[in-house]
Amino acid sequence: MTPTFSELAVGQDIGSRSIDVTRTDLVKYAGASGDFNPIHWNEAFATGVGLPGVIAHGMFTMGSAVQLVTDWAGDPAAVVDFQTRFTKPVPVADTTGTPDAGAVIEISGAVGALDVEAGTARVDLTVLSAGQKVLMKAQAVVRLA
Amino acid sequence: MTINPDLQGRSYPAAEVYDVGREKIREFARAVKATHPAHFDVEAAAALGHSDVVAPPTFAIIVAQRADAQLIEDPDSGIDFSRVVHADQRFIHHRPIVAGDRLVAELHVDGVRAMGGGAMITTRSEIFALTSGDANDPREAVATATSSILVRGEGQ
Repeated sequence: MTPTFSELAVGQDIGSRSIDVTRTDLVKYAGASGDFNPIHWNEAFATGVGLPGVIAHGMFTMGSAVQLVTDWAGDPAAVVDFQTRFTKPVPVADTTGTPDAGAVIEISGAVGALDVEAGTARVDLTVLSAGQKVLMKAQAVVRLA
Repeated sequence: MTINPDLQGRSYPAAEVYDVGREKIREFARAVKATHPAHFDVEAAAALGHSDVVAPPTFAIIVAQRADAQLIEDPDSGIDFSRVVHADQRFIHHRPIVAGDRLVAELHVDGVRAMGGGAMITTRSEIFALTSGDANDPREAVATATSSILVRGEGQ
C-alpha cells in the first residue's frame, strides 16, 4: 500500500526492521561499491589503526537503512534527498562458518516534517547497533503523489 | 603531512564516463539488502514509469567516490587515505539513476577546516548523464552528492 501525501501526519510511524550483518556482507558491499578500504575486511589492519576490529562501511549502514523508506514509499525513485552523519562505527564480529550475525542494525522511521508545497515528506530514521545510535540526522525526503 | 589549505575552492573536471549496467544495479541492490523489484526487474521498473531498472538511493556513491579519489590521490592534497573517516554524506537526486545511464562527475572542494592535527574536508560531486555520445555536452543533471571526510591527525 503506497502512502498518500494528504493522509500523512508528522510523527507517524513508518515501521521498523532489523538487518543482520556478517563479514561476508561487508566483502559483498566492498565489491559492489568499489570501496576496498581494509578496515572493512581485515582484522589486523583495522586493529592496527586503532579500531576495535573490522567495522561496517558507513555507506553500507546508510544504504541498507534507507530500504525501510524505499519499501514504504513504493518506488526507490521517490527518495529525492537522503543524508546522514556517521557518528559511531559498527563493529562486525567474525562469525564466519556459523549462522550468527556479526552485528545487527535496528532501523525505525517516522515522518519528521511535511512540505505541502513540494509534496514531500521528510522521514527521520533512528539507526542503532548494539544499543548505540550509529547514524545521526538520518533524513530521507520522499516525494509522494 | 598536513592538509593543503589551498584545496578549498578547487575543482576537478569530469573525467571518465561511468556506464550504469543492469547487473551492477542488481549487485549493488543486493549488497545493501534492497529487495524492491524495481532494482531487479525491468517490467517492475517500467510499471513505475522508469525506462530500466532503478538504482538504490545511495548508488551514486560509486561515482562520487571515484571523483573523490582524484582529490585523495592528488599528491598535492596531503591526504593520507588510511587516516580518512567518513563523517557525513548527502545525496540530492534530480532524477533517478537507471541502467543505461552514462554518468560523469565534476568534483568541487567546498570546505577545508583544520580540526586538531587533522582536517574536515567537504566535497561535492555534481553528477550528470550524457545525453549524446559526446562526453562534453549536452548533459542532464542527475544527482548532487556531498561528502565530508575527517582526515585524522597524528594521535587522533
